Amino acid sequence: MSDRRPTTERGRIRIVGFDDADSSQRDSDGSPERTDAGPQSPTGATGATGAAEPVETELEGTERHRLADAWHRFRRNRAAMVGLAVIVVMAVLAVFARPIEVSTAEYTIAIQPVSLVPHDPHQPAVGPANAPPSLEHPFGTDWAGRDQFARVLVGGRYTLGIGLVAVLLALCVGIPLGAIAGYFGGWVDEVVMRIVDVLYAFPFLVLAIAIVPILEPIPVLGEGFWTVVVALVVTGWIGYARLLRGEILSVREREYVTAASALGVPDRTIIRRHVVPNAVAPVVVQATLNVGTVVLAAAALGFLGLGLEPGSAEWGAMLSRGRDSLAQGHWHITAFPGLAIFLFVLAINLVGDGINDALDPHRDVSDDRRRMR
Amino acid sequence: MSLGRYVLTRLLVAVPVLLGVTVLTFSFLHALPGDPVDAIIGYQSVSPETEASIRAEYHLDRPVWEQYLLWLRDALTLEFGRSPVTGRSVAATIGRRLPATLALGGAAWLLALAIGIPAGIVAAVKRGEPADELSRVAALAGIATPNFWLGLVLLLVFSVRLGWFRVIPPDAPLASLAMAKFMLLPTVTLGTASAALVTRLLRSSMLRELEAGYVRTARAKGLRERTVILKHVLRNSLLPVVTVAGLQLAFLVDGAVVVEQIFSWPGMGRLMVQSILQRNYPVIQAAVLVIGVSIVLVNLLVDIVYAVLDPRIRY
Repeated sequence: MSDRRPTTERGRIRIVGFDDADSSQRDSDGSPERTDAGPQSPTGATGATGAAEPVETELEGTERHRLADAWHRFRRNRAAMVGLAVIVVMAVLAVFARPIEVSTAEYTIAIQPVSLVPHDPHQPAVGPANAPPSLEHPFGTDWAGRDQFARVLVGGRYTLGIGLVAVLLALCVGIPLGAIAGYFGGWVDEVVMRIVDVLYAFPFLVLAIAIVPILEPIPVLGEGFWTVVVALVVTGWIGYARLLRGEILSVREREYVTAASALGVPDRTIIRRHVVPNAVAPVVVQATLNVGTVVLAAAALGFLGLGLEPGSAEWGAMLSRGRDSLAQGHWHITAFPGLAIFLFVLAINLVGDGINDALDPHRDVSDDRRRMR
Repeated sequence: MSLGRYVLTRLLVAVPVLLGVTVLTFSFLHALPGDPVDAIIGYQSVSPETEASIRAEYHLDRPVWEQYLLWLRDALTLEFGRSPVTGRSVAATIGRRLPATLALGGAAWLLALAIGIPAGIVAAVKRGEPADELSRVAALAGIATPNFWLGLVLLLVFSVRLGWFRVIPPDAPLASLAMAKFMLLPTVTLGTASAALVTRLLRSSMLRELEAGYVRTARAKGLRERTVILKHVLRNSLLPVVTVAGLQLAFLVDGAVVVEQIFSWPGMGRLMVQSILQRNYPVIQAAVLVIGVSIVLVNLLVDIVYAVLDPRIRY
């Protein structure tokens, strides 16, 4: 019995690369604050120091495997693929609707020369004011006679840009802080969660209302894009940190964490390998869904006249005169920007649902079990 | 640690958070570009004597930390000064506006729970069946509809075209029948997205719990399916729903800011939007403080409920 070589690959807990010392080269770059803890690489632990570097190599392999599985499941989800297609189409339309140009004092460079719509979204009086949809103006014109079709398409740039940038930045802050707070507990948890609690006390629009007059005079932040993003990130990351921490509080009580800890696996590895991957799924799903929430919040800000500068072709700002135009019977002015927001947020939610199902690896098994029951 | 001690600890922990909230709110006037005294005076042009007296009244001639302490003392006694635009007491204005928002938000939250919890249970139990699909589609539509858009459409259809409701609130006390009737549309507008969120959250957390071992055990020992679902699974599944209740409150306040604007509802949200457009900063500061402190207190409650629901969780 005892002449068998000691192995760590027995039983349910497979501790890969634990005794292996010769593959420790690749992770010795030691970046102190790894914030690459996104949906695709649920890591989000602290610095890359410590003795158990080999785990990293093995981790890459299983990660890729896990992701390939998830992508396979995602692709079979028809609703999610439809959502993804809608987002891609909207992104392509937003980018190629009008040329994107960078102007300096001397010359102008067109980064993107394609122009799908003939009218400039900011050009007033390209048609009669408040004209209903026609062949010339498929979505009609607004109160200033601007082409609504061009405005809705180009408006997607703001929406997609704000949604993506704000959520990614918020994740970069929220996941590492939430993981550290939830796993270590103690004073680290106290400090992080007290900061979270303080910021948590300010709803997005309330904070934005207070931030707008502060950031407005700063020239770099002008035109409101970065003002909106800053407000969204400041209020956004706390949600992820809190959610992840909440999940980790119960995950860290599980047997496999105790087992790994008893085997001497360093905390950093436990967090990245066992805790965060088992706790991050709700955060990933939440982040995806939050792209929708963020878009709605930014649009609400535009609707209130506090977001991007008035008159910009942002979907929410286009609705800010909606009450008047609806009362006058100009349904198309409210309908199309509203529909654009609805479609985008719906698509994001379908994708979020798909990711939710794809990241739940027990799904197929449990479905089979349920059928047998 | 016993539950009692946990609650006590949690109460003590809330103190630095409340201080943090007050520090942030206090900093608002000072973070604004220019002299804080301009933010208080607003657009009026005043004589140097008046300016000096305002400076003294708001303690702006003292060091910053002393200003903070004096401001905190004033805030604790609900003394927020006067609005530079209307000249009325800021505290009185907020006292008049707050109940309206509480009524609207409370009604919307009840609506969200009344729709969301049953819908979430049905969706999880009947997973993959038409009832699940229906609740899924409805929840998706509810989340994806911008509340300002929904509010505009409801207002147009039911108030303008059909004439069932008034376009602006009646001149009646908050607790009157006419007000309750008017509140219906804003409540639906505000509650829809929250109901959808509760549904989805409960569905997904119940699906996760349904796979847990204790569910099989409960079924194996012959408990009725109803008992398993309502007593075992639902109790554990409500955890994530409770955790986001605080976020939901923030979400409701955000919604209220927009919905109050559409329906001319005389609440805090409308007050804030009006104030920012008038550059009425003292009112904004006081409103932010009131909202911030309220949310801290609700989160405190959430944490305590969280611990009661899940005895595993203690600091």
